[in-house]
Amino acid sequence: MKPTDTSHPEYFHKVVDCQWACPAHTDVPEYIRLIAQGRFSDAYIENRNSNVFPGILGRVCDRPCEPACRRGRVEDRPVAICRLKRVAADHRDDISGRLPRAPSKTNGKRVALVGAGCASLTVANDLAPLGYEVTIFEALDTTGGLMRTNIPQFRLPPKVLDEEIAYILDMGVDLKLNHSIDSMKELLDQGFDAVFVGTGAPRGKNLEIPGRYDSENIYIGIDWLESVAFEHIDSIGKNVLIIGVGNTAMDCCRTSLRLGANDVKVMARKPRGFFKASDWELEDAEEENVEILVNHSPKDFVIEDGKLVGMTFELMEYNIDDAGRIDRGTVTGEKTIPCDDVILAIGQDNAFPWIERDIGIEFNEWECPVVDEATMMCTRDGIFFGGDSAFGPKNIIWAVAHGHEAAISIHKYCHSEDLQNRLPVGMNLASQKMGMHEWSYSNDYDPAARRLMPHVDLRERFKKIDIEVELGFTAEQTVQEVERCLNCDIQTVFAAELCIECDACIDICPVNCLTITENGDEADLRMRLSAPAENHEQALYVSKDLPQTSRVMIKDEDLCVHCGLCAERCPTGAWDMQKSTVLLPYAADEAADGQIQPAAPAA
Amino acid sequence: MSYIAKPEVAHPNMPRNKLGLTARDYEGTVSTLCAGCGHDSVTTAIIQAVFQLNIEPHMLAKMSGIGCSSKTPAYFVSQSHGFNAVHGRMPSVTTGANAANRTLTYIGVSGDGDSLSIGAGQFVHAIRRNLNMCYIIENNGVYGLTKGQFSASADIGSKPKKGLPNQQEPIDPVSTALSLGATYIARSFSGDKEQLIPLIQGALLHDGFALVDVISPCVTFNDHEGSTKSYAHTRQFYHHVVDADYVPPAEEIKAAYNDGSAMPIELHDGSKIVLRKVDKNYDPTSRAVSFKFLRDHFNAGEITTGLLYIDESRKEMHGLMGNIDTPLSEYPLDKLHPGRKELKKILNRYR
Repeated sequence: MKPTDTSHPEYFHKVVDCQWACPAHTDVPEYIRLIAQGRFSDAYIENRNSNVFPGILGRVCDRPCEPACRRGRVEDRPVAICRLKRVAADHRDDISGRLPRAPSKTNGKRVALVGAGCASLTVANDLAPLGYEVTIFEALDTTGGLMRTNIPQFRLPPKVLDEEIAYILDMGVDLKLNHSIDSMKELLDQGFDAVFVGTGAPRGKNLEIPGRYDSENIYIGIDWLESVAFEHIDSIGKNVLIIGVGNTAMDCCRTSLRLGANDVKVMARKPRGFFKASDWELEDAEEENVEILVNHSPKDFVIEDGKLVGMTFELMEYNIDDAGRIDRGTVTGEKTIPCDDVILAIGQDNAFPWIERDIGIEFNEWECPVVDEATMMCTRDGIFFGGDSAFGPKNIIWAVAHGHEAAISIHKYCHSEDLQNRLPVGMNLASQKMGMHEWSYSNDYDPAARRLMPHVDLRERFKKIDIEVELGFTAEQTVQEVERCLNCDIQTVFAAELCIECDACIDICPVNCLTITENGDEADLRMRLSAPAENHEQALYVSKDLPQTSRVMIKDEDLCVHCGLCAERCPTGAWDMQKSTVLLPYAADEAADGQIQPAAPAA
Repeated sequence: MSYIAKPEVAHPNMPRNKLGLTARDYEGTVSTLCAGCGHDSVTTAIIQAVFQLNIEPHMLAKMSGIGCSSKTPAYFVSQSHGFNAVHGRMPSVTTGANAANRTLTYIGVSGDGDSLSIGAGQFVHAIRRNLNMCYIIENNGVYGLTKGQFSASADIGSKPKKGLPNQQEPIDPVSTALSLGATYIARSFSGDKEQLIPLIQGALLHDGFALVDVISPCVTFNDHEGSTKSYAHTRQFYHHVVDADYVPPAEEIKAAYNDGSAMPIELHDGSKIVLRKVDKNYDPTSRAVSFKFLRDHFNAGEITTGLLYIDESRKEMHGLMGNIDTPLSEYPLDKLHPGRKELKKILNRYR
């Protein structure tokens, strides 16, 4: 193998699994260290720089960081990253003075944002401080989009939403509530310099089976949740069936329990392991005694005298092959389950009835606009998409990532710069050596198990619909959980020319990461390391030829616990622990002095 | 030394031996030697050798005297027996321990100072008795604990960090042991575990005195230019003569060897040591041939390594003395002790 090129920021960035997995690349280890030092406000700001909504995401983020966490490979369970984010948010002081403000004079550029959800708000957050005149158009009479209408209050209190949205609106954003945009043409006629569409995926999927329209007690999940959020619905029958087993289904079943249902069944077409819902959302629902019935495929609704009395399901059997793939299944029987209400939670679609199809915005076969993944611009110049409206339903943190990229594009577009010519991601590396055997971070491995989120007592939580179930970590839990972080951003950096091949680092490494051996191709090398490197998603760090024997030092990044002992045991300082800081460019960086890059003149 | 102990966390797929233990279970406390010390690599090699041989930790006794080398038994197999003896007296204490309990596996770790100066007399008599033990000399040519004076194994012309080059004839533990009739003599290098681990395994299983002389550089006082015991110098003049592979009992010899160069030698427990002669002119079973070869190469400044001499035919100490198989420590006291009457009779014979 060739020596690893660590001058490219991507290499060390990938080692920080959580940060790499996060669409917005939140610097997780850094904010966890700040929490460990009791610097909650600093930890909050560190979060906010990349993910904009730490309080919200600290409760309801989809947490792509946690399955990626190295701790989950070294032991069983990852660091409770999301819970710690909430700790930063819960314990922060008033940080409003630390937020960027709009300049007294605008730059004269007007930007329209359609929808007041997380994607649009992120764009506003990035552009308002640069002097843009930002207008948000929202059809409802409140902000937050699906964060407010689809996430129940017992998971995400409105106060949390209000606070974090206010931070952005207070930057001088013009918010127009109850202002539905019914025509893109008309909006374009108002002469905005750029338009951003962040309208989400607002159409719940329907289930067209017999009896669907014969009762009023059959609801579309996201519409039903919205009606509950706006208090248009405040009760439901005793027996409720939820069709589908995604995260919306989990919100529907738990909300039903708070509106009077006492027997809620979630009907899954496939077996466990093929559910769309996140594990923790399933756990939380099952803790509330929601029953999940597997292998039930909906057949029809049973209506008697115009009243919904039950639903018939086909009982399914599946074969799962060695690769874990499931077949289409065979029907082995039928079963009717009585119920009073049915909520359909089987997915969401995009819907753009308000965008004319003759104005240069192309749509694909799924009725999604054709959007450039790097610039977020659609096929008509000056119109940008983000969040669920861009590529179909994803989650909040993806919407934030889209918003940041769209803000950069809008800035470049408004200044006639080349949208593709964006500032590159940068990286700083700085040694963390403080003394002979002292490091600037807590390098000892703490074997503590993951802390569990304390919940409101089961008897208490159903009394009102807005009792937040998760209480947040206690001080003791926080102290223990922060120590579980492996500080993966404190990189092991190797200088081959200093190595005397004494093997000290190899001998001390607790997880057999290191090997000195003859070079070879990657497949061969992976098999003859101190421990076979079987996780091919994790890189091998290959040094230049070592001075004494021309062999190479190889590090398998997979299980390194970043304890720094290789560097401590190194007599020549060939290993050093250096903190990598990923420098992500935002719209403000593009706007900084000297960054104006005029587009290449047309050929 | 480090401020933190080696974390207990381990690679989830670490291999386990027949006892269900991982190599981590054979570790000791974290080393307090200088970072980069060759001795720490020898420690790791010992851990690997003992782990791979499925030795129960409580059936191992680790013995040492005084010196940097003699600290190292603290760093491996914490759950075993051990004795840290007076300077140079490790061989006598091991002799006593072995006399009392021959069922334990004895590993002595000594240094060039401990074995070739103050303990030279002890060292040679342990060989003479063919004491059943693995005797490791961590050989770095200097007294590290007292800040780097030359030891008895320093080569002529080797330069110290400060002061004048050594002028005295070095004692070579390998040719010394050969001349004294040791039955298993090996030399290796701390930086070459691939060679070192099987040599230690063979030494642990050999029925008799097994010497493993390990060039183990002192990073602090003897790893500079001009030193003949530095990492760089050792690598430059390193000469593999006979490599050895350990093959466990009842396992077939799998590796393919070049014609004529491989020589399997069966050990007393049924396992085998397969010698791979890198130098075809060498015969590791002939004392005369190997003595001349080793002295010639030694005088030429070459560091000959591998399993340099082996003789499985000679009896070890208990065999020479005709002792019973049961360890004396487990023999009933009334049988072990002749009684006042018998003792008087015996004593009367000498009056």
